[in-house]
Amino acid sequence: MTENAPTDHPANAAVSAGDPRFLTQDDLTVDTHQVVGPDGSYDADDVPDLDAEQFRDLYRWMLTDRVFSRRMVSIQRRGELGTFGSTRGQEASIIGSAYTLQPEDWLYVGRAWTPMFMRGVPMEDMILFWRGIEEGQQSFAEHNSQIAISIGSHLPLVAGLAWGMDLSGDDAVATAYLGDGATSTGAAHEAINFAGALGVPALFYCQNNQYAISLAADEQTGANTLAQKALAYGMDAIRVDGQDVLAVYEAVSEARERVREGEPVFVESVTYRLDAHTTSDDPTRYRSDEEVDAWEQHDPLERYREFLKSEGLWEDVDHDAIVDEIEAEFDAALEAANEFAEREIVEIFAHVYEEMPPELQRQYEEFVDLLDRRPEMCDFIEQRPKG
Amino acid sequence: MQATIVEAVNDALHTEMAADDDVVVFGEDVAESGGVFRATDELLEEFGADRVVDTPLSEIAIVGAATGLAMYGKRPVAEIQFSGFLPPAFDQLVTNASRIRWRTRGELTAPMVVRMPYGAGVRALEHHSESMEGAYAHIPGLKVVAPSTPHDTKGLLLASIRDPDPVLFMEPKRIYRSFREDVPEGDYEVPLGEAAVRREGEDVTVVSWGSMMPATLEAVEELDADAEVVDLRTISPLDTETVVESVKKTGRAVVVHEGPRSNGVGGDVVARINDEALMYLEAPVERVTGFDTPVPLLSMEDYYFPHPPRILDAIENALAV
Ligand SMILES: Cc1ncc(C[n+]2csc(CCOP(=O)(O)OP(=O)(O)O)c2C)c(N)n1
Ligand SMILES: [Mg+2]
Repeated sequence: MTENAPTDHPANAAVSAGDPRFLTQDDLTVDTHQVVGPDGSYDADDVPDLDAEQFRDLYRWMLTDRVFSRRMVSIQRRGELGTFGSTRGQEASIIGSAYTLQPEDWLYVGRAWTPMFMRGVPMEDMILFWRGIEEGQQSFAEHNSQIAISIGSHLPLVAGLAWGMDLSGDDAVATAYLGDGATSTGAAHEAINFAGALGVPALFYCQNNQYAISLAADEQTGANTLAQKALAYGMDAIRVDGQDVLAVYEAVSEARERVREGEPVFVESVTYRLDAHTTSDDPTRYRSDEEVDAWEQHDPLERYREFLKSEGLWEDVDHDAIVDEIEAEFDAALEAANEFAEREIVEIFAHVYEEMPPELQRQYEEFVDLLDRRPEMCDFIEQRPKG
Repeated sequence: MQATIVEAVNDALHTEMAADDDVVVFGEDVAESGGVFRATDELLEEFGADRVVDTPLSEIAIVGAATGLAMYGKRPVAEIQFSGFLPPAFDQLVTNASRIRWRTRGELTAPMVVRMPYGAGVRALEHHSESMEGAYAHIPGLKVVAPSTPHDTKGLLLASIRDPDPVLFMEPKRIYRSFREDVPEGDYEVPLGEAAVRREGEDVTVVSWGSMMPATLEAVEELDADAEVVDLRTISPLDTETVVESVKKTGRAVVVHEGPRSNGVGGDVVARINDEALMYLEAPVERVTGFDTPVPLLSMEDYYFPHPPRILDAIENALAV
């Protein structure tokens, strides 16, 4: 297996000869697919068939991901967001996979925000989402996508969406992004088995970023890899180096092709969350600086730059200019988000049902009347300490 | 010592783990990092990795395994990180924990605690804000507890861990750290199933619990009348007697809770008052509750749960008739 992880992942353990009557973990050899090695070396035959513009596009989206996370963390610190989960370190894993998706595909994500932008969701709507404004999610939905907050809860939905595609004869796939932690939920197991049994076009893309908040991936499960879990459900799987954008792209585009044929696939992308779980988390409580530093050495952008240089594509990339453009895009998005009009009270009551039931209508009217009669209510709401 | 509610949780866990080797604490992020709210801080260091366990991200197994541990004679105290993530495990509460005693005619029991922070107002994401005690109190065989003060939190949690039946312990996270009060060192219990009269009064009874108590107490301070405030503390089984005795005295009542109004606990409190004290009532019983909607995301969540003026308004309505 390819040694791409600087930590001692159990997948790297030597195969031990066991009692042949028993099926054991070690009967299975799971490779980690890689195109560009940590030192930037690669075999030209392995490089996916993309044109120069697409290669540069991948870099630009990875940078977008990095800049977006940095800016979001910084505005959160200024009190301008509730909380935020940074994706730093996972850019290759996120972009390489999402770059394969088509507009007609459905996308249900865990930690992956830029894929929404790649589908046309305006950046300001992602800011609205993290500010707890429901219109952010409405915008995601307009682009066949959603974020799942209840971990694992979205996998059965994705199986159902894929089933719908199958029934309608549509040429599309339904994709669930999930984390290593999500693979431990009951919903995930039922959904993966269900999709495998029905043979529906579902793609399960698991970003194993080594942690579920404080729990290290090797404590999340006794299995050597996450990829192998799919096998038990009759589903093919591929494990890929998530710091290698080309390996991710290649693995997921091939997976997507199989999925289109009604063969659901599970992809494990081995990556690392370099920042805190969210802005409310203190990672020093559960992991060492040395470990983080070791993974900093596996920066996916750095590795991809080496590739672009080798291909002679780097000369046409103006890194600083791209960063400036993304920063400007973020500034404009933030300004637009800041101008989002304060919403009416009815927004709390709308969209619970297509038609508001009489009791809910009454609650709404009573509340509006109360706010009218007791303006001090608004003081309470506005002055209440936040957080 | 002076402690907040979340510190009182932590103190109760330290106290009971030291007193009873059968107590096992587990859940997501409870051991190494001490819990996302630090409720289980230092337990791993003090009691070791056999008794303080970080589990996989598996709510169904957390609640189901707690039931199995309890059936085997352990005293599990499981944490669900936010109450919004209990629903997957609802099945285990309904199907097993709540009815193992009944199913086996008392041969097997499930003396276990599931602790979880609940309620809105901490500017978190979706599913981090609900108050679904009404749904949980609807499960026969399950006890539901919701403390509102540090003193009660410690005493109720100790009583819950020792209780012979499964207890869902709902911790009001909005007020986890909003005030301190004196909490006795060492061991004491606050009995389950007993409401507390927080404030004595003659004119109107205001019933509340958990996260809504501070706002309720603040509201009655503004009142031109003399309110009696009852803190249920245990939602199920509910202390009907304390509520009814108070209403017989005052002749008027208001129930305040954070969860949705329809089919909420407030409706049941009203029904019990009607059953036992209808003839004493001088006005319809008012309810001040969350709306029959999901809790809005953080930008509008502050509109959802009752604030003192809304509570005051309802009390004044009850007094106006
Ligand atoms: C069902 C459920 N349980 C608990 C949580 C609280 N929680 C939020 S993120 C998280 C860890 C998720 O880990 P993983 O699936 O690896 O995704 P990552 O955050 O690493 O991207 C937990 C426990 C949740 N959101 N949903
Ligand atoms: Mg993870």
